[in-house]
Amino acid sequence: MSEIPTDLKYTSEHEWVRREDSGTLVVGLTDYAQEQLGDLVYVDTPEVGASFAAGDVCAVVESVKAASDVYSPAGGEVVAVNESLQDSPEKISDDPYGGGWLFEMAPEDPAEWEELLDPDQYEELLDS
Amino acid sequence: MGSKATPLREQHRACGGRLVDFAGWELPLHYGSQVAEHHAVRRAAGVFDVSHLALTMVSGRGAKSYLRRLLANDVDRLGKRIAGLYTCLLNDSGCVIDDLIAYRLADERYRVVSNAATAESVHAQMKKIARAFPVTLVPEDERVTLAVQGPQAMETGAAAATTVLGGEFASELAALKPFNAMESHGFLAARTGYTGEDGFEIYLDAATGQALWQALLEAEVAPCGLGARDTLRLEAGLCLYGQDMDDSVTPLHCGLKWTVAMEPSQRDFVGRRALEQLAGSEDLPVFKGLVLKKRGMLRAGQTVRTPHGPGIVTSGGYSPTMGASIGLARVPRGAYADCEVEIRGAGATCAVVKPPFVRRGRILVDAQGDSEN
Repeated sequence: MSEIPTDLKYTSEHEWVRREDSGTLVVGLTDYAQEQLGDLVYVDTPEVGASFAAGDVCAVVESVKAASDVYSPAGGEVVAVNESLQDSPEKISDDPYGGGWLFEMAPEDPAEWEELLDPDQYEELLDS
Repeated sequence: MGSKATPLREQHRACGGRLVDFAGWELPLHYGSQVAEHHAVRRAAGVFDVSHLALTMVSGRGAKSYLRRLLANDVDRLGKRIAGLYTCLLNDSGCVIDDLIAYRLADERYRVVSNAATAESVHAQMKKIARAFPVTLVPEDERVTLAVQGPQAMETGAAAATTVLGGEFASELAALKPFNAMESHGFLAARTGYTGEDGFEIYLDAATGQALWQALLEAEVAPCGLGARDTLRLEAGLCLYGQDMDDSVTPLHCGLKWTVAMEPSQRDFVGRRALEQLAGSEDLPVFKGLVLKKRGMLRAGQTVRTPHGPGIVTSGGYSPTMGASIGLARVPRGAYADCEVEIRGAGATCAVVKPPFVRRGRILVDAQGDSEN
């Protein structure tokens, strides 16, 4: 059974989003996503300063099996990326909600946070 | 899920296999980590359930003449040995219907082992050509095929197999040269494989196959899935049907010219005329290995740019042994050490090398492209 922390929000594309006190959003892949992908071998993270609209492809993770797009959960600008994934993409599998975070963004419209799935809704999505 | 299951399905479930659909079969993709399974085969020993492969017994007075007409390689090369021959099955245009191994068991008895995904087209072609020969074709179902591969496959794997199969199995198998085989008490064991490592493949009945699987696991031979099978064969530079070749190309387009026996010239095999017409062609592409020089991932279908025109990546992925991305590609003839592959709109430089990339645990190419080419 996949782990779904209760203090995060989620997208239907199996990403988790954490809102920091500063209002920025930290984004990663859920436990379920990493399980489906298999061993991760390469991550193409966005550049700091890049802007995306909600739903834009902003990163790519490659497993031994296939490439998988990562979609921006909200509109905004990337303010930090997890550079350590370049050398250790397996962090996403080992610690999806911690050391495996992908990037951090400053959202344009803070209200978009409210539209993300809460843990119960995400669990329902996995069960359906 | 696949509608067909091998006799080992419950065993796969019991050891945590993640079952997926493959050509209508329910098969393990991995048992936790595809990369760990890959390393197990390069460093120790692993076992693959490949019971989905299609087996056809060819028997009768005309068996040999039939196969010499049907197949691009010549079973006459096997002489009087019990042994396997790797070959393509071609259509009249010289294009590849499938790649397969034909085992000679006796003068009038051969076993053909072909891919699961192509079972129908292979069967149709085999039946069509069989009309002119005194042969009987019998598909063999409900059997187990295991591939035991790795530097310790013989020591650990064959020894464990002896406890199930009895006799002097391990020592008799160890005495065989590559591609040679032995048949006894209903099983066939051959020094063949699809990984670039030492080992054997064994064909047996379901009950004995299940017992052998258990014995191998108890001897700490790692269960390995389709995922590791693919990365291992890619490192070994071995073609995968449906990716590196299909019925739109000939063996000359995928580095398999060595499997086509043009001698003796009077042997009229299916596709021969088409290949003869092609043989001298200047435009024939070559089949090469690529090593990506930067971060990223080669994948089948990507476009290759060379000084002599475009080509295509036919297989690509991550090489756990090299820690880099590698691929097989059909590219224009010419002397060039580098090429560019289009990855998501940007060009990525790759070294052009001669496969295999890895064999017997050793990396054989230089990731910087200084290898012989």
